Amino acid sequence: MKTLVLLIIIWPLIGFIINGLFGKWTKNYAGVIAASALGLSFLSAVYPIWQVILGNIYDYVYFMWMPFGKFNIPFGLRIDSLSAVMLFVVTFVSWMIHIYSNGYMKGDPGYARYFTYLNLFVFSMLLLILGDNYLLMFVGWEGVGLCSYLLIGFWYDKKTASDAGEKAFVVNRIGDAGFIIGVLFILLNFHSVTYADVFPFVHQVLTPQTATIIGLALFLGAMGKSAQFPLYIWLTDAMEGPTPVSSLIHAATMVTAGVYMVARSNAIYDLSPIAMEVVASVGAFTAFYAATMALTHKDIKRILAYSTLSQLGYMFIGVGVGVYWAGIFHLMTHAFFKGLLFLGAGAVMHSMRGLLSTDLMGGLRKKMPQTAILMVIASLAIGGIPPFAGFFSKDAILAGALEMGHPIIWIVGEITAFMTAFYMFRFVFSVFYGEEKVPNLYHELHTHEAPKVMTIPMWVLGVLSIIGGWVGLHFSGEIPIEAFIARTAPTLEVAGEAHYSEALLMGISVCMGLLGIFTAWVIYIKKWITAQSVANTFKPIYTLLANTYYVDEFVYFFIVKPFWWVSEYFLWKIVDVKIIDAGVDLFGWISKRIGWLFRTLQTGFVSHYAYWVSIGVMLLTTWYLIRII
Amino acid sequence: MNQLHFPILSSLVFIPIVGAILVSLIDSKKEGAIRWVTLVVLLLDFVVSLPLFFYFNSSTYQMQFVEKVPWISSLGMNYYLGIDGISLFLVLLTTFLAPIAQLSTWSGITHKTKEFNIVLLLLQTGMLGVFVSLDIFLFYVFWEFQLIPMYLMIGIWGGPNRVFATMKFFLYTFFGSVFMLVALMALYFLHHTYYHEYTFNMITLMSQPLPANLQFWLFIAFALAFAIKVPMWPFHTWLPWAHVEAPTAGSVILASVLLKMGTYGFLRFNLPMFAYMTHQFVDIILIISLIGIFYGAFVAMVQPDIKKLVAYSSVSHLGYSMLGMFALTTIGIEGSIMQMINHGISTGALFLIVGVVYERMHTRIISEYGGLASLVPIFSVFFMIFTLSSIAVPGTNGFIGEFMVLFGTFESHKLFAIIAAFGGLFAAVYMLTMFKRVVFLKPLNPKLLKLTDFNLREWIYMVPLVVFVFWIGIYPNTFLSKMHASVSHLVEQTKVVNTSPSTNGKVSFDNNKPIIKKSALKG
Repeated sequence: MKTLVLLIIIWPLIGFIINGLFGKWTKNYAGVIAASALGLSFLSAVYPIWQVILGNIYDYVYFMWMPFGKFNIPFGLRIDSLSAVMLFVVTFVSWMIHIYSNGYMKGDPGYARYFTYLNLFVFSMLLLILGDNYLLMFVGWEGVGLCSYLLIGFWYDKKTASDAGEKAFVVNRIGDAGFIIGVLFILLNFHSVTYADVFPFVHQVLTPQTATIIGLALFLGAMGKSAQFPLYIWLTDAMEGPTPVSSLIHAATMVTAGVYMVARSNAIYDLSPIAMEVVASVGAFTAFYAATMALTHKDIKRILAYSTLSQLGYMFIGVGVGVYWAGIFHLMTHAFFKGLLFLGAGAVMHSMRGLLSTDLMGGLRKKMPQTAILMVIASLAIGGIPPFAGFFSKDAILAGALEMGHPIIWIVGEITAFMTAFYMFRFVFSVFYGEEKVPNLYHELHTHEAPKVMTIPMWVLGVLSIIGGWVGLHFSGEIPIEAFIARTAPTLEVAGEAHYSEALLMGISVCMGLLGIFTAWVIYIKKWITAQSVANTFKPIYTLLANTYYVDEFVYFFIVKPFWWVSEYFLWKIVDVKIIDAGVDLFGWISKRIGWLFRTLQTGFVSHYAYWVSIGVMLLTTWYLIRII
Repeated sequence: MNQLHFPILSSLVFIPIVGAILVSLIDSKKEGAIRWVTLVVLLLDFVVSLPLFFYFNSSTYQMQFVEKVPWISSLGMNYYLGIDGISLFLVLLTTFLAPIAQLSTWSGITHKTKEFNIVLLLLQTGMLGVFVSLDIFLFYVFWEFQLIPMYLMIGIWGGPNRVFATMKFFLYTFFGSVFMLVALMALYFLHHTYYHEYTFNMITLMSQPLPANLQFWLFIAFALAFAIKVPMWPFHTWLPWAHVEAPTAGSVILASVLLKMGTYGFLRFNLPMFAYMTHQFVDIILIISLIGIFYGAFVAMVQPDIKKLVAYSSVSHLGYSMLGMFALTTIGIEGSIMQMINHGISTGALFLIVGVVYERMHTRIISEYGGLASLVPIFSVFFMIFTLSSIAVPGTNGFIGEFMVLFGTFESHKLFAIIAAFGGLFAAVYMLTMFKRVVFLKPLNPKLLKLTDFNLREWIYMVPLVVFVFWIGIYPNTFLSKMHASVSHLVEQTKVVNTSPSTNGKVSFDNNKPIIKKSALKG
């Protein structure tokens, strides 16, 4: 068993090494190798996951990574119910996307390189979720960040792509500093960072203040990785990468790492109401804020990116109010439907030769019927319409928020649900329905349905987007997914928990979703109201949204620019060159001058020396005389 | 204690000199022969140094492989060599990097090849001597000795501004050394005053403390000499000059080994000998280190020249090393030593990388590059690995050092560690921006098109560095386990804040009184 668990993470590593070292030779088989590695990884994971469902927990230490004497940090892997859910999502979705990529990336000159990075990504991601301590999680954490950097900038000769990659890495580093600070506090307080040594003793060791500090520091990390306000700015630029990457890394797996981390640290967060409040509020704000930006965008990938931000916000509401299982549940269903949405967007791009604007599309369902159906399924799932997957998880989060006493967050969540359904169906209607907007464009581009290697993984995710949420149904008095995740991350216990009629809450949620779809239908299918007239009526708001609140511009002109300017023109050219270094030179110059002074005294003429000697004698005599007197 | 019963340290130190004599006998036109002989000598030196690692007893802090021969007995001078867990890896780093640095010069140095190789060998002797000397006089001799070959290396084989740069390097370091010499002499005589014994023995001097007011001046003098060498902010301005002008091998050795003499000096002199003053100075040095971390990063960010950028990044990296050291915790000091080793490997490697393209393009200006990934993919992969190591991505060596430094600092000074944790952000900014502009984007400069990728020689000297990047990153225990005993002992030594000489009660000093006291000075 110990070997089997290790094998889960080893397979992608092997794929990485093969394609990394021998990419020149594996060229056309790189995709097959990488996808097989993932398949094997998934198969290795099945049995351990099954055993965990039956009630086992695995925690194996393979070697001592950093032995510091008093503090020892092992290299260990742990599978419990929380990591089992993640493990399933990551290995399975990654596998599907690897298969899809075989078709999508065909013919790219960097084919082998692409799969090298992708395998390395999965390896890091698995390390992140299976590591049995915070520091190993951090290794995975930075590892996925690195792969994200490499894959966003995959087409490195494009300046925008390279810039976006760098931006992602740097913004993430802000969060990483927070993560590290959290780890430092944990290590100092518990003398260990291993989960098994930390969580059972949280109550004995931590004061609420320390728990708050740790919670906030870790959450700073989560904000970076899971792109929460204000550290979200890298995620939309991350769309520069290949679309399957956006699907796998920037929707299904990596960006959810922050949610996983907060759920994993539930014992610490439970102790700090302040930290939880912050998590939930930031989540709610991001959910709403990002959804507003998705309303006006015309770039299909960016719409999905903002939607991801918004959905991540929901997950943080879930873990922030203490209903950890709901957050993780939504993470899982989101991986299915958002993964699918991106793959669908990829299929559209594939057949549209990389075009992204909704202005150029319309009526695509005739050309790409399968993709169209799948996109509708995924949109229904994200829109929260039963019995699709997203309905159950989103409802669990919102009901949880209300029951835990956060009515405002609940209201924000419901409004966001309306916007979500609206912008998703705006997307679907304007891309797949209606008429072709640019005559003959499809003919010229030879627009056609994606090949099977791409549609099959999409269908698999499509099925999961429907049935994936059913584990959230009531079965014999309990919700299976709740019971399962709560083994590791039990729901926060609050005194005086409010109870609401479940049916009523569900009804409201469904209404919000339907209302959103209806609005989109009115505007984009029936055109009773045109989008243009709405935009004109709310001109200032529309401009603000269309320019995404000018946040990027703000950051550039008020943070990045001044910072470089100060570094270059003040620190370097003035402080370093004109003050410190010039000071050193001045010191040297003075010494040289003094030397010169003495050197000029050495004239070589005896008379001059005699002159100086006599002056000296006179001075000495005078001094003696003064002293005697 | 010498477990080998063989003067292995002397062999290490003097093999390069023998090599230098050998090389001097070769006809200067036979460049190939000169290079091969030098390389073989340096490799031999490396092989000879390996038993140090395998026979090292990691359970004791005592000096090992000791050789002690009276030199000038009446003055208490001995030829006294030995290493412990602190110097072990610095010695190994030196012997490991020398052949690599030498290999990098085979096509770069074509003028006065013979002299260059002789200078390189002499430099090796000087550096090793510094790390193995346990007699402070001997230490000083080696310390000054290695200045000369480095001075020549920059001054003869350097870039257009080499003379100014080398003078600056020499005078600045020498300025520091003068203070050290005065302090060494003072230490020697004061020791006699209080303990009635003339000795240059480093171990004895460590164990017998001096009054606080004297410690103050001695600490300052030593600290000045070492801070210039490290270099700590604001004594760093010679470094960019020296790096930019030095030939590749010079930069590699300068960054990887020479700078470590400064940090090593702090560990050997300031911490154990002036433990009381060390505690008084902790805050000041931690603040200066923090300034160094951020200042180095900010200034590195805007450099147009790759070498200058890496030079300023050294200021930042060694800031971490100093931070961990003056946290005065076991993990902090071990982290500090790890950071020294890591900096030696990663920064050395980055200079080699710059050297590779410089030889082909004759420019180090970032804006003249771009798009190397598509032109020289193997070069780019290596460059990427060293870049990641430099910005301390987990899995590489850089992370281990930085995390240990942060945690070690956190144990004793929380706020400093928290601030320092954000330093990694700026490291990512300057390294990745440079990497992007050099390796990514489109190759706009037509001259770049004729670039060739690594040749066999470059492969050979780059691969070992990559091995260590990952070895230390994944299994640091190989290294940590050997330094543990010595570092723990050092931490014990710094806890002794006793300032009254134990055998003689002439001067009594109250720890609570002000540090500088004129009456005590006269005492």
